[in-house]
Parts: sequence; structure tokens; C-alpha cells
Amino acid sequence: MTRLATEALIIDIPGRSSGVPLNLAIEPGQVWGVLGPNGVGKTTLLHTLAGLREPRSGKLLLDGTPLDGIRRKTVSQRMGLVFQDRQDGFPATALETALIGRHPWLSPWQMESGDDLAIAERALIELDVIHLKDRLVNTLSGGERQRVAIATLMTQSPEIWLLDEPTNHLDLQHQTAVMKLLRQQAACDRGVFMCLHDLNLAARWCDQILLLYPDGQACWGPARDMLVTSALESLFGQRLLSAELDGFPVFVPG
Amino acid sequence: MPISSPSKPLLILLLAGFLAALLSVSIGSTSIGFGDTLRVITGSGTELQQTLILELRLPRTLSAFATGGLLAVAGALMQVLLRNPLADPYVLGLSGGAAVGALLAMLAGAAGFLISGSAFAGAMLATLLVFGLAHGSGSWTPSRLLLTGVVVAAGWGAMITLILSMTPASRLPGMLYWLMGDLSHAATPWPGLIILVLVCLMVFPLGRALNVLARGSLQAAALGVSVRPLEWSIYLMASLLTAAAVTMAGSVGFVGLVVPHMLRLVLGNDQRLILPACALAGGTLLVLADTLARVVIAPEQLPVGVITALIGVPTFLYLLYRSR
Repeated sequence: MTRLATEALIIDIPGRSSGVPLNLAIEPGQVWGVLGPNGVGKTTLLHTLAGLREPRSGKLLLDGTPLDGIRRKTVSQRMGLVFQDRQDGFPATALETALIGRHPWLSPWQMESGDDLAIAERALIELDVIHLKDRLVNTLSGGERQRVAIATLMTQSPEIWLLDEPTNHLDLQHQTAVMKLLRQQAACDRGVFMCLHDLNLAARWCDQILLLYPDGQACWGPARDMLVTSALESLFGQRLLSAELDGFPVFVPG
Repeated sequence: MPISSPSKPLLILLLAGFLAALLSVSIGSTSIGFGDTLRVITGSGTELQQTLILELRLPRTLSAFATGGLLAVAGALMQVLLRNPLADPYVLGLSGGAAVGALLAMLAGAAGFLISGSAFAGAMLATLLVFGLAHGSGSWTPSRLLLTGVVVAAGWGAMITLILSMTPASRLPGMLYWLMGDLSHAATPWPGLIILVLVCLMVFPLGRALNVLARGSLQAAALGVSVRPLEWSIYLMASLLTAAAVTMAGSVGFVGLVVPHMLRLVLGNDQRLILPACALAGGTLLVLADTLARVVIAPEQLPVGVITALIGVPTFLYLLYRSR
């Protein structure tokens, strides 16, 4: 069980002078949703949390240890990230792509074993892309590539899952399947932290919400406290209508 | 990336390399049958045949093999580094720097080792120049490195023209031969071969990290790769390989581009297989090209770079055309 905490973290957004320091923790079992308009720094926040970008100030603690004091390889065994965009400069099959998720778990001299292959195939089955395993990734559709990318993270099997808009390009059925999968992972005491644009997905599947405002303001807390129509209206500068269905709030543009 | 049977393609390539070498030492002004050649290699045969093969032809064949292997591995490494399948050590101006070094030495009237040493120094200087400038004060991106390399290469090209225009006509043929790539002055194949084997051994444990790096530097960092040190070592290794090759044979173009590309089409993208395969296939290709260069207009010799360019240019254009 791994816990990622931020201490007075301010992310480095070019041209933004101020910002509310973030003091939050991704606890095992939690599903976080980050909401905010374009360019507000959601991706920058994810990259900073993953240790891929220096914060402007503040600290990141992985199980109480400063993140920059831990070897990259150890970090990547505990924390993984699905990127918003991917590079496929060199063609590779879906199976090969998922299999690179095993990299943190193998020594330089080790080849991937049958076990590693089985883990990757299980992930491809879970994401419903196993029938594409021998296809080149650059020939797949956007949604299929997105699922292969999530399968790569599942193959990596970290304790903390960071995802940048995981439902991008996905059809309704697979959006639901992916969100269910993320909830399942949280039920196995993993921490999930994702950027989203769909308020209703956030309302349906996330239990913690972080709202990021363009001027650097931020607030966070349990989903039912955060997903308030007035707060969301000022966040997106858009009038919203809301209702409650089956105990979950639903938002549509007004 | 799982390799079903990594040794099989490598064994085939090894066999092909051996056959090409056998062909190369047999063919020449006096052709020797395969049987006699094998007899010489195993230690018998006539004295004339022994001298011809072991002292004259074999060193040149081994030099050709080493040069081709070095260039192909360097090309494959550069392509991963720049995430660009069309990259090549020469595109980054390494051979330009080496050429300026060698030509300046020739202009000053130096010979032999001084030319090689000067070429090596030129290649390393070009490396530092490109890397230092591309690094600059900001971030270091593959496209910036590529662009810096291309512009610096153009600069070397201008200097080469300048040197050639200042050189007395009597010295020009030697310089032109060097620029086109020529194995007839290769002194000894051993340093090149040793570097080739060492680098192949060194890159094997780096292979999977290179596979991950090919997916982009952020993805690689997220999977636990120390990206910056890895990129530095690939770049330095590729530069060393290129410098060693250029020092031996002048600038032989297109091997570093074409060989990794052809192998990727057949063998896929696992660097742990591609890099040793490049060493073998690049070596084989250059041995064959050099054999051609020796016999096409015998007793005159063509510079081997002409042959590789004649094969390489259409292949490069075809790949470029297809990649659109």
C-alpha cells in the first residue's frame, strides 16, 4: 500500500505568478478526479506528481520519503502514468507495447519471461484489446490505442495510477469499462488519480475531486462536497443544469 | 519485446558475413578457388596464396566488415536517440567534422596515422559542437538536435569545399578518394573490430531501456529509465563508433541509414536483436560493396562510398517516399 502526498506543492505553470499550495494525499483505495478548463495545468500537475517535472516549490512524498530521493526505477514500480499523447516513431505491436510495462521489474540482463508475457496478455484481455495483440499500434484507432496505453499501465501494475484523460477517444461502453476497472484497482488498495473533462464520469466514479482554477486557485475534497453546481459553473464559466439520478448528480450545460 | 528465437536471424547473418568474407578474399586480380581459400585459412596452401590472402586481402576485408558494422550500429543508435527512423550519424555532421580534420591534415602534408588521428579528433569535435549547441540553455529535444546537426553539417560541407579549392591539384585525388570513402588505405582492422564487439556487448543490457526510449523520453522516464544519462551514452557511443569507422575508411555514406532500416522491416524493433544484427549485416554489406569496388573496373578501384551511395540514395528516397 502506497501513499503519495504533496506538501505545499505549487506546480510550475509558465506565466502564472501565484497559486494555492496543494496539500493533498492520494490514499490507497481512493479514486481522484481532477477537473478544470483547458490549459489550467492538469497535465503539468500529473507530470509533477510522477516526478517527471520539477515543481516550482513544495515537496512530494512517496510513503513519507521525498520523491527526488528515490531511484527512478523504484518510483516506477510504485507509480505509473498514462500519457495524453503517445509517440509511435517506431512501429510496435499492441502486445510489445503492453510488455514495456514490465521494464521497471526486470534487471538489464533479464529477458521478458513467460510470466511477464502472461501479465501483459491478461491486461490486454482486461482492456478488451487482446484480439489486436499482433497488430501494429500505429494502425489502431484512437480508442484502441488508448486502451492499449491503459493496458501498459496495468502491466506495469504500480500502486498509484496516474491517468491523463483516460476516457479520451473511448466509446460509451469502453468509458464505463475503464472507469469500472479503475474502481476495481482502488478496491485492491491502489490509489487512482486522473484528469477528466466529463463531469458526469467524475460524479459517477470518483470519490475525491480536485478543482483547478485558471488563476491558480484550487480546492479539493470528497466528491459530494466538491461537485456543487455553483462551484462548477464558476470553474468552467458555463451555466449548468443539474439533477440527481440514482443518487449521483448529473450535469448538463444550461 | 519477446524474441521467439533471437539466435536464428543472428546465425543466418553470421553465416552470410562469413560467406561474404570468403568471397571477398577469393576474388581479385588473381582469383583463388573457395577450396584453396579455405585451405589457406586453415593454415596450408601455397606461399603465394598465403601472402595474397592473409597479408593483402584479409586485412582489407576485415576493415570493410568493421567499418560497415560500426556505421550500421551507430545509425541504429542515432535513430533511437532522435526517435527518427531517418537519422544517421552523417546527418548530424559527424563525418563532416572528420572530413575537415582529415583534409586539413592532408593539406598540411601529413600522412598515415596523422590523417586518421586528425579525422578522429574532427569527429569528436563535431560531436561536442552539436551536442553543446543543441543542449544550449533550454531543453534538449530530438528535433532541435537534428536541426543543429543538419546546420552544422552544412557548415562542415562549406569548409570542405573551401579546403578543396585551396589545395594544389596534385593533392586533390587523395582527398577526393578519402571523401568518397576508400578502404585501400585502412591500416589495421583490429581497433575497429574491437570497438564494434565491445559496443555490441555494452548495448545488450541497455537494449530494453532503448526499446522503452523509442516510445518517447517521458514515457521512458515514467517506466524508470534515467533518460538523460542514457541519451548521453548513446550519443557518445554512436559518435565513437562513427569516428572509428571514418578514421578507417573515410566517409562511407548510407550504411548507417539503410542497414538498420532494412533489418527493422524484417526483424521488428527490438534493439536487443537489431543492434547485433546491424553489426553483422552492415559488415556483410560493406564487404560485398568493397569487393564490387575492387572488381568492377579492375585493375582500377572505385571508392567503396560510391557503391554504397549508389545503393543507398535510391533506398533512402524510396523509404522517404513511403513514409509519407
